Amino acid sequence: MSSALETAQRQLLDPADLDQKNLSSLLGSLNSRQIDYGDLYFQYTSHESWSLEDGKVKSGSRNIDQGVGIRAVSGEKTGFAYSDDLNLSVLSQAANSAREVASLGQDGGARILTQNTAKSRALYTDANPIQSLKDLDKIALLKEIETIARAEDPRVTQVMASLSGVHQTVLIVRNDGEMSADIRPLVRLNVTVIVEQGKRREQGSYGGGGRFDYQYFIDQKCAEEYAREAVKQALVNLEAVDAPAGTMTVVLGSGWPGILLHEAIGHGLEGDFNRKGSSAFSGMVGERVADSQCTVVDDGTLADRRGSLNVDDEGERTQNTVLIENGILKGYMQDRLNARLMNVPTTGNGRRESYAHLPMPRMTNTYMLAGKYDPGEIIASVPNGLYAANFGGGQVDITSGKFVFSASEAYIIKDGKIKEPVKGATLIGHGPDVLKRVSMVGNDLELDSGVGTCGKEGQSVPVGVGQPTLRIDGITVGGVSV
Amino acid sequence: MTKTKTPIETELQGGPIDEQPLYDAIDIALHEAKQLGADQAEANASAGQGLGVSVRLGEMETIEHTRDRGLVVSVYFDGKNGAASTSDYSKNAVLEAVRSACSIASLTESDPANGLPDEHRLATEFPDLDSWHPISMSVTEMTEEAVRCEDAARAVDSKIVNSEGASVSSDCGIDLLGNSFGFRGLTRRTRYSTSCAVIGQTESGMQRDYWYHATRNKQDLQSAEQIGKCAGERTVRRLDARRLATGKYPVLFEAPVASGLLSHLIQAISGGALYRKSSFLLDHAGKQIFPEFVRIHERPFMRRGMGSSAFDNEGVATVERDIVTDGVLQGYVLSSYSSRRLGLETTGNAGGVHNLTIESGSNNLDQLLGVMRTGLLVTELAGFGINMVTGDYSRGASGFWVENGEIQFPVEELTIAGNLADMFRNISAVGSDIDLRGNYQSGSILISEMTIAGE
Repeated sequence: MSSALETAQRQLLDPADLDQKNLSSLLGSLNSRQIDYGDLYFQYTSHESWSLEDGKVKSGSRNIDQGVGIRAVSGEKTGFAYSDDLNLSVLSQAANSAREVASLGQDGGARILTQNTAKSRALYTDANPIQSLKDLDKIALLKEIETIARAEDPRVTQVMASLSGVHQTVLIVRNDGEMSADIRPLVRLNVTVIVEQGKRREQGSYGGGGRFDYQYFIDQKCAEEYAREAVKQALVNLEAVDAPAGTMTVVLGSGWPGILLHEAIGHGLEGDFNRKGSSAFSGMVGERVADSQCTVVDDGTLADRRGSLNVDDEGERTQNTVLIENGILKGYMQDRLNARLMNVPTTGNGRRESYAHLPMPRMTNTYMLAGKYDPGEIIASVPNGLYAANFGGGQVDITSGKFVFSASEAYIIKDGKIKEPVKGATLIGHGPDVLKRVSMVGNDLELDSGVGTCGKEGQSVPVGVGQPTLRIDGITVGGVSV
Repeated sequence: MTKTKTPIETELQGGPIDEQPLYDAIDIALHEAKQLGADQAEANASAGQGLGVSVRLGEMETIEHTRDRGLVVSVYFDGKNGAASTSDYSKNAVLEAVRSACSIASLTESDPANGLPDEHRLATEFPDLDSWHPISMSVTEMTEEAVRCEDAARAVDSKIVNSEGASVSSDCGIDLLGNSFGFRGLTRRTRYSTSCAVIGQTESGMQRDYWYHATRNKQDLQSAEQIGKCAGERTVRRLDARRLATGKYPVLFEAPVASGLLSHLIQAISGGALYRKSSFLLDHAGKQIFPEFVRIHERPFMRRGMGSSAFDNEGVATVERDIVTDGVLQGYVLSSYSSRRLGLETTGNAGGVHNLTIESGSNNLDQLLGVMRTGLLVTELAGFGINMVTGDYSRGASGFWVENGEIQFPVEELTIAGNLADMFRNISAVGSDIDLRGNYQSGSILISEMTIAGE
């Protein structure tokens, strides 16, 4: 991956006339005695999006964002400044601002930079996805979705589709002298349809993407899959009756319903909350937090996945971290600051939205490993309950442990059979408790199609989730029907 | 950071941001768009800077210096649109952005609804809305203020055992909008805020809550001690929360969450949702959607208001207007594009509404509890379970169980559900405890019945 470093230097440093000597002197100014560590995070991002409505691609945009974030950490204190101007004198001022957290000591002297080739890996292509398809072919792809969706059912009255691509280069220069780079593609294709029958209207959405280029959507025939799935969801909802209210047995589908794990478990296991003792999971390592069928991991090393990274935003290699093993809590997800303060190794989970934001422990791809039950067997085991096949977003209060996630496609289960669809409803539960109520884990592990964006303290990062079909004996369903 | 020789101590958070580069960037962009044959073009340049300090358990935790710039260019060729943005104001970057926007416009399809607003709708008067109150604060002063805030929160009760900390921030920004009609509109805004979140614990577990205040003028900001005390009290009252039995009850939304109901209304009557026929309030202008006593209006010229502005995101003059009078929907929330799609006139709402306010009743929150007698007081909502096409509403909630008009005990792990159209019709009172911290300003709102799911 020295080529990633070379590319990053060419793209980020050369235009600003910054060389390695400049970088080491910037680091030197961060290296006062009271600073535990510091880093420079250079980023160049190009982004495009195209959207279709009324059968026409009527708008598109292209954006360029670049800058550098400079951080100095002393004990639990962090100083941070950033700039979209890469001029050396501006960066020197930013470095001075950042190290204000420590009493201003003398400059620690320049460091010799080492290129971190040991971390070289290529979990995804470094090619620019924006250039992977001609603009006219991007437009044609969106139009194809529209045509397929409308042909699917005459009740489709509106089709909205969008295609976006991001190409990001990051260069991380740390005060221990290590330099790492990562070149990150990210694409996304989405469709939303509105259907109408008599006076009733409903919507359905579907999409996907990952760290590859646009050709994936064409090779995998995604236009067809996404359009049909969106129309199916909308039509199901057209027939939906009021959802039930109360606590009941719920079967969650495989794939995106894994947002359960992200909310109920994942956030509560991020290192910052646990160092501060503010998580409902604080101090619970080694305790039983789930049924013994449950093993949950956070894996940043999956090829091509939306949540994967070659190195995290602090230059650490991402890894596959076991969070829960056979029901026992194994550990937390860490960035450098919290790992150091908790005296544990970092797990490569230090992530940031951009150069203008501070890194913190964040999830990558979080999922539960497969169990032994056939999904049909799981449904058949439920006399009365709810089958939630798909979800919208979720949220958690990490301190009380209460989490919510909202079903967008759900059905009544009666006598072991899937019956009528019900309207969307929010499900609410208690994180440290909900996985103890898992009574059956399916053998059908699936990851989501590549649509997750996680928000924490105002910062958004792309993530993945996944799970097999799960039976949970008792979770509260927020319908209207009592 | 380019403006100061010794950063931090003397850096003005409201300090001199040079406006000239914004005017220059816009002139260059609009000129280039014309050279490249665009018949219309618009550009928006912004620059902002700020300082934020946070403390936790009495010690400084982070100092964050922010400094942002951005230029967005939109061009039109015979109804074909393209847009591009850059964070770099150099002439080459601006020219590159314009070329990029034009190349996109050459590929998109024409839409007669595209284009700048009609020229006569652009703002010509720019009253001072009192939004600019720059002051200089040092990191030391801000840290002391944050420590005082957190100390006040932790002093509320010995059950407060931990803290997520307190933050003090000071930001300022300028924004220049220009278009090929020659319109130039500059806004300058400062924003000061203080927030605090603390954690309480009893045998039954931990709870956290928070409070914040935000204003345009630092002098209007609640004291650090007041904000901290409020955060501490809100946390302690949530301890030992119970669950409720599933059933149908009256629900009182405390003012900070009631403003969310106003935002759902605006989303449902926004042009984009209407022309896509994806709103439960489609074709409802002129219809009764609330009880007769409800009036909801927009106040763009409110001095120091968080949503105040003399023009919208396209430069169209904003107007003071009723959106709901006597419970009847008076009109929609439109931009020039969505209004053309609907065959209507823009309402000066490109980018949203400006200080949306529901007229308050005479009861404060305590009196509203008495009006409700028995039911749920909701103080926090979670999740995204709202379907704007149908109005179906289902969200996680926590708050307090109320009997005989008095709070009995805290409750959690509940959902509240209904349909927004019914919820709007079933509003039985609006409180006088109006929350002015944001762009949606509401007192507490009582809804006569919703489904609560619990045990």
